[in-house]
Amino acid sequence: MELHPKVKNILLLDSEGKRIAAKYYTDDWPTNTAKEAFEKTVFSKTKKTNARTEVEVTALENNIIVYKFVQDLHFYVTGGEEENELILASVLQGLFDAVNLLLRGNVDKREALDNLDLIFLCFDEIIDGGIVLETDANVIAEKAGINSFDPNAPLSEQTISQALATAREHLTRSLMK
Amino acid sequence: MAQPLVKKDDDFEDELEFSPFLGIEKGAVLQEARFFNDPQLDPRRCSQVITKLLYLLNQGESFTKIEATEVFFSVTKLFQSKDTGLRRMVYLIIKELSPGSDEVIIVTSSLMKDMNSKIDMYRANAIRVLCRIIDGTLLTQIERYLKQAIVDKNPVVSSAALVSGLHMLKTNPEIVKRWSNEVQEAVQSRAPLVQFHALALLHEIRQNDRLAVSKLVGTLTRGAVRSPLAQCLLIRYTSQIIRDMGNHSQSGERPFYDFLESCLRHKAEMVILEAARAITELDGVSSRELTPAITVLQLFLSSPKPVLRFAAVRTLNKVAMTHPMAVTNCNIDMESLISDQNRSIATLAITTLLKTGNESSVERLMKQITNFMSDIADEFKIVVVEAIRSLCVKFPLKYRSLMNFLSNILREEGGFEYKRAIVDSIVTIIRDIPDAKENGLLHLCEFIEDCEFTYLSTQILHFLGIEGPHTTDPSKYIRYIYNRVHLENATVRAAAVCTLAKFGFIVEALKPRITVLLKRCIYDSDDEVRDRATLFLCIFGNDGLVETDKDSREYLFGSLEAPLVNMETSLKNYEPSEVAFDVDSVPKEVKSQPLGDKKAKGKKPTGLGAPPPAPVLGFDAYERLLSSFPEFATFGKLFKSSSPVELTEAETEYSVNVVKHIFESHVVFQYNCTNTVPEQLLERVNVIVDASEAEEFSELSSKPLNSLPYDSPGQAFVAFEKPEGVPAVGKFSNTLTFIVKEVDQNTGEAEDDGVEDEYQLEDLGVVPADYMVNVGVSNFRNAWENMDPESELVDEYGLGQRESLAEAVKAVTDVLGMQSCEGTETVASNARSHTSLLSGLYIGNVKVLVKAQFGMDSEKEISMKLAVRADDQSVSEAIHAIVSCG
Repeated sequence: MELHPKVKNILLLDSEGKRIAAKYYTDDWPTNTAKEAFEKTVFSKTKKTNARTEVEVTALENNIIVYKFVQDLHFYVTGGEEENELILASVLQGLFDAVNLLLRGNVDKREALDNLDLIFLCFDEIIDGGIVLETDANVIAEKAGINSFDPNAPLSEQTISQALATAREHLTRSLMK
Repeated sequence: MAQPLVKKDDDFEDELEFSPFLGIEKGAVLQEARFFNDPQLDPRRCSQVITKLLYLLNQGESFTKIEATEVFFSVTKLFQSKDTGLRRMVYLIIKELSPGSDEVIIVTSSLMKDMNSKIDMYRANAIRVLCRIIDGTLLTQIERYLKQAIVDKNPVVSSAALVSGLHMLKTNPEIVKRWSNEVQEAVQSRAPLVQFHALALLHEIRQNDRLAVSKLVGTLTRGAVRSPLAQCLLIRYTSQIIRDMGNHSQSGERPFYDFLESCLRHKAEMVILEAARAITELDGVSSRELTPAITVLQLFLSSPKPVLRFAAVRTLNKVAMTHPMAVTNCNIDMESLISDQNRSIATLAITTLLKTGNESSVERLMKQITNFMSDIADEFKIVVVEAIRSLCVKFPLKYRSLMNFLSNILREEGGFEYKRAIVDSIVTIIRDIPDAKENGLLHLCEFIEDCEFTYLSTQILHFLGIEGPHTTDPSKYIRYIYNRVHLENATVRAAAVCTLAKFGFIVEALKPRITVLLKRCIYDSDDEVRDRATLFLCIFGNDGLVETDKDSREYLFGSLEAPLVNMETSLKNYEPSEVAFDVDSVPKEVKSQPLGDKKAKGKKPTGLGAPPPAPVLGFDAYERLLSSFPEFATFGKLFKSSSPVELTEAETEYSVNVVKHIFESHVVFQYNCTNTVPEQLLERVNVIVDASEAEEFSELSSKPLNSLPYDSPGQAFVAFEKPEGVPAVGKFSNTLTFIVKEVDQNTGEAEDDGVEDEYQLEDLGVVPADYMVNVGVSNFRNAWENMDPESELVDEYGLGQRESLAEAVKAVTDVLGMQSCEGTETVASNARSHTSLLSGLYIGNVKVLVKAQFGMDSEKEISMKLAVRADDQSVSEAIHAIVSCG
């Protein structure tokens, strides 16, 4: 018997409930139609709730779903009904924060679509076949956000541009507050 | 699922939103993927194409085998590029494409090279990709590197190897098990996630070795675990150990409880929750053990985080089912949650309160719920309605306010499922609380006056027909029912006609009036309604004749003997001809459920929709069935029918089970056969029984089955003669013989020529328990005292080592085939001794009572003292003989 925590799927939907990115780790939803139906139910059940400040949670078809929204993006993590909600929530928070770091604070649908590769990589770094791989947003973002430079390129340059990017990010954040 | 991406109306959509994937098409992207073969690679461009491919896959687009292979081969070219970002995308797309085993070979060498790269990211990802796509033989080749990776100093690499190990344990357990030394080392890692993954893998490697697991948990619980996730795992393992040990330990301190309790003070909330939940789920948890867990959950209830509140109230809700008193302390916090923003939390709070509430708080609660009901979704409302139903059963005195509440919400807007839940609840209350009947029926009547659901209307009409005539004033329901005949669709009208007839049939005084009403129905526009009305009028007209009276009563109130499914198949197979359809020809055997159905966890339907209770035919039905055959009619009274014994494995071509019918001097085997091959029709199905190992039996006659079409069960019989009144035993081997005919799948016609064939079935035994009917007695002590003490025979037996006392008790009860009395079939989970009280009727209608005292010593050796009293001393001896043989 496997006792380790298991994640059934991760979803990223837009403001109309359409799929931006989704990854399923179990056979509970075998076809794309089943997946879309599930996403639709999840979305219509949660769209009216306010999940912008805290991670929210609900139960659906013997599953526990934790979710958080920002702008026109809706993040969901699903687990079985016996699963520890707080573990799911930590996965969701990890995903959410990592995406926030990778998109440098501009988290909305357009930015997500423009950087869809980063989103896919993020998913890949958080969960591996249903098993929690990493929940620390910084580590995830670091692993997913490898810059597309040749590793042979001068290191100094890379670090300077990264430093600039971080500085810019901090600045915009403090301005936005 | 190929779902063509709809090309959007560019002019319009472009204004609204921008998407880099607008108007993307599979064909074009596949074309772009050809660039991968270009000797001058542009990493950025290639990454973009891969993202597009991933996007297509992610949107549910599927590639054909050829397309996937083509893309895969192009992608392998990209290993030439040194760009890390591109490499990362290559890993991702390879996993998504999940190449076939013949293709894998192309990338293994590249991936193995990456596995030994200096770049950590390459190592970690190459491991994850490789382990996802390779098979056992390749795995042995890279095993050495994986072992190294497990103890790699970079946590990312180590985790990648460990998680891959977890996945591969399912396919190649023998290889992964060899890594346990390295995994053990990784458990000591300072990196939290590595520790978590290592612990998970180590436990799964060792999970069948209880001693090793408990040693592992024992060491770790002393506090070497850093990661909260690993700590949660540890709690799960600990509670599993406690569960396994449950029966062995004597009362007193529960081992590891201290550890669980200490986790309640952990700094990570997820650990606290895990521990609290583990404690509440302990077998037979005491209130003292429960208290600290409830206390932390109570704190969670007022947390600002919704997830914490949800987790706490969900756990408390479960506790409330078994220990309602323990949860009452949290009632005040719970009541404030009724107005929680998150409706899931609010619903859980309400249902918990309904479970823990006492009789005096019901009214206050109902008031709060009434406000709450208007702003939650139907699915939550159903949960609340179900909770109210059980509350009403618990506090029957409060039915008035609860029934009012239900009837109020019944009048409000709502979907079908919700309405059905309410109607079911009212029906349950009417059945369980006689005082509520008249009131409840009136509520239902009012409901059907304005009900948009045909199903519910007909069900309620049917229910009215059963309950209504037995009330003090049946006439008051007539108006409601007759209104249906005017206002509803044909289905409801037909049901209303039936209900009217039932009233007329039972309540003599109403008969003339109902006859008048029914006469109006014979001009109905629907033929079914007219037919029914005419039929009932005809029955009413035939007053004096007792025989028709009985038949019509049977028709109106009796239930269909055959299962509905069989009836349906038979009716479909019936072709209009001179010969009328014969209801008796419908097979009465219940079809075994297909495996898929069993898996589906259906909620137990209660109330209206409840199906007939037992799927196994009752004794009466067997008796009727057997006496309908002239061959068996002379055997006298049926003494006992066994429950069906399977003679074939599940999912074979032909499925056969047997029921043993015991008569005074005969035994009849009823073989229930099902043909599960759609392409075949079986004819002249017979069972050849070899009774050479059953000396006292001689075959008398057999009754073959003429035809056995696909999926409609049929029965063959074989009868044996045996010495009168003697509990003869023996073993029989069975062979199914038949003629197979091919059935054309298109026309459904069978070919004329068939082939003789036979099919070996498993052996069947007639055992002593077959001669015992398990009849219970209401007061065992009285019955025991009334038996002649002279007939008592006492002896002691050693039953050897057993897993548990309960198992021994069940074994003895089964061998004897007797009925446990006064709840003595349940054995306390950690009991060392137990007394079973059994009663039964032995062949020759001899009453037998047994007192069996069991004891278990520290070695799990079980001894039993068996005292038997029977009307006939020889029977007491026979019982002892059974036990000493069994």
